[in-house]
Amino acid sequence: MAIEVIKPGLATSVQDAGRPGYYHLGIPLSGALDQYALHAANLLVGNEEGAAVLEATLLGPELLFRAPAIVAVTGAEATPKVNGETRPRNESFAVRAGDRLTFDYMKAGARSYVAVAGGIDVPPILGSRSTYALGALGGFVGRKLAAGDVLPVGSAAASARPGRAFAADLVPTYPKSLELRVLPGLYFHRLTEESAKTFFEDTWTVAPEADRIGYRYRKGRTLKFRERKQPFGAGSDPSNIVDAGYPYGSIQVPGGLEPIILHRDAVSGGGYAMIGTVVSADMDRIAQMQPNNLARFVAVDMDGALKARADYRSRFARMVASLR
Amino acid sequence: MRAIRYSFGGDEHVFAEIDEEMSLEAFFKGMAICRELGERRIAGVSEICPANASYLVRFDPDVIHPNTMLSTLKEIEAEVGGAELELPTRIVEIPVLYNDPWTRETLMRFRDRHQDPNSIDLEYAARINGYASIDEFIAVHSGAPWFVSMVGFVAGLPFLFQMVERQKQIEVPKYLRPRTDTPKLTVGHGGCFAAIYSVRGAGGYQLFGITPAPIYDPAQKLPYLKNFMVFFRPGDIVKWKPISREEYDRDVEAVEAGTFDLTIRPVKFSLKAFHSDPGGYSRRLVEVLHGH
Repeated sequence: MAIEVIKPGLATSVQDAGRPGYYHLGIPLSGALDQYALHAANLLVGNEEGAAVLEATLLGPELLFRAPAIVAVTGAEATPKVNGETRPRNESFAVRAGDRLTFDYMKAGARSYVAVAGGIDVPPILGSRSTYALGALGGFVGRKLAAGDVLPVGSAAASARPGRAFAADLVPTYPKSLELRVLPGLYFHRLTEESAKTFFEDTWTVAPEADRIGYRYRKGRTLKFRERKQPFGAGSDPSNIVDAGYPYGSIQVPGGLEPIILHRDAVSGGGYAMIGTVVSADMDRIAQMQPNNLARFVAVDMDGALKARADYRSRFARMVASLR
Repeated sequence: MRAIRYSFGGDEHVFAEIDEEMSLEAFFKGMAICRELGERRIAGVSEICPANASYLVRFDPDVIHPNTMLSTLKEIEAEVGGAELELPTRIVEIPVLYNDPWTRETLMRFRDRHQDPNSIDLEYAARINGYASIDEFIAVHSGAPWFVSMVGFVAGLPFLFQMVERQKQIEVPKYLRPRTDTPKLTVGHGGCFAAIYSVRGAGGYQLFGITPAPIYDPAQKLPYLKNFMVFFRPGDIVKWKPISREEYDRDVEAVEAGTFDLTIRPVKFSLKAFHSDPGGYSRRLVEVLHGH
């Protein structure tokens, strides 16, 4: 079984649950930016939790199936079509040999996930099939998909069948304006008193430079760092620190201008002060933000972050329980 | 040294700043704590990342509560604090073609982003660090060995810190605006750190030369990359070896044939012995490379 890529879309890559354990060598987690949508897609087609899917960004691909398959599409609001006929999102459907899968434009959300029963069967590298394009590692020959690529698909589980779906009210929606919860910390104390306030007061706009490495935001007031005699090795700008490790979800503001939130293909470290970290429960929501969507940052403490995490887990569990 | 400053990076990370400024002591302390943490094999800990003067731990708060994670790290800090700082590691010789045509072409293309558009990066670095010529500067750069104090930014990229007293350390600013291109395997310098660009890409460090030795290769073609696709580990010691264009070309041919290899020797580094005689200790370390 195989799938041929007729048109790759804007940036489509093979992703799974990720590749933990190598961040200390600069190899990031990678994996689907929206993990909720990844797991949902795999459940719908009867795949194991860690199976690899296709992650399409902003503009979906055109795919030709060389054999019959069970497919599910989750994530962004972009209607899938088989040979031009509409298919449901968040519900498994069958395709025949020779069928073409295409997508309407993304009305809301920025990433669609396409799971195929059996999973995309590229070789696992360091325990994962995820693509880390900056390091030309994993996925389909270490890069995003191109026209003419032929993707191998594994053997479908016996349970794979069309028509599986979740309760409709548990399907996430993707608002164009949202709040992202942030645990202030790391080098937050380096901001001036005023900037420590304006960061949370202003509404920020997703910049066109938003990708798997990080999301850049603009149009808030410039953030100022407290003046100081810079420590040895830190570099001359007040936003510089001695190069350090960057947490996933951490927010850096080079030169005080545009906050960047690192996502799963993060650069693992560098010399820009991080002023806080987006809570783990909100990372999927960042993945679904389109350029020009709006965000406000809301400060939470650790209890708030853990509560958000528990809510996320419980919502996911309810979705799994509603699978029919 | 002051007490470590801890801060949570969201609900899944602890960031530990050992010192605000770079020093061998801060680096060593971070390495020692990270090593001990790794040996404890604590359930829920997925990443342990030592950096120059800090370290980062990623954990699963559903397995280990953030407060328990933090108290474990503080406990290790207290234990490691008074320990003799000795590091079993390896020393490796990395050939470098300084002032090579490829980084030279690149730095000329981005002259408008540089502090001194009328010099090349080596001339600029030599001048602001008080050296009379490029040759003198290269002799210092390739003299005392360097510690790999962090691996990251992108896959396999080492940051290196020279094992000399602070007043002797080479310091240069980064480019005024980052370049959009840097040749793969460029040897660069920014702040007090050297780096080898493991892959081609954007960058802001000053460009000094290029090494023929691949240091990151998912295909793992060369003997020293057979164990793992990333060569460098935090704590490795590096000695740069200036080479000629002929030697560079020969090395590149050997890389392509899959026969190129590096000289690598095990050593034990003692911070105390280093501080009592930095110059002599460094010389003895380098002698290990050549079988003395």
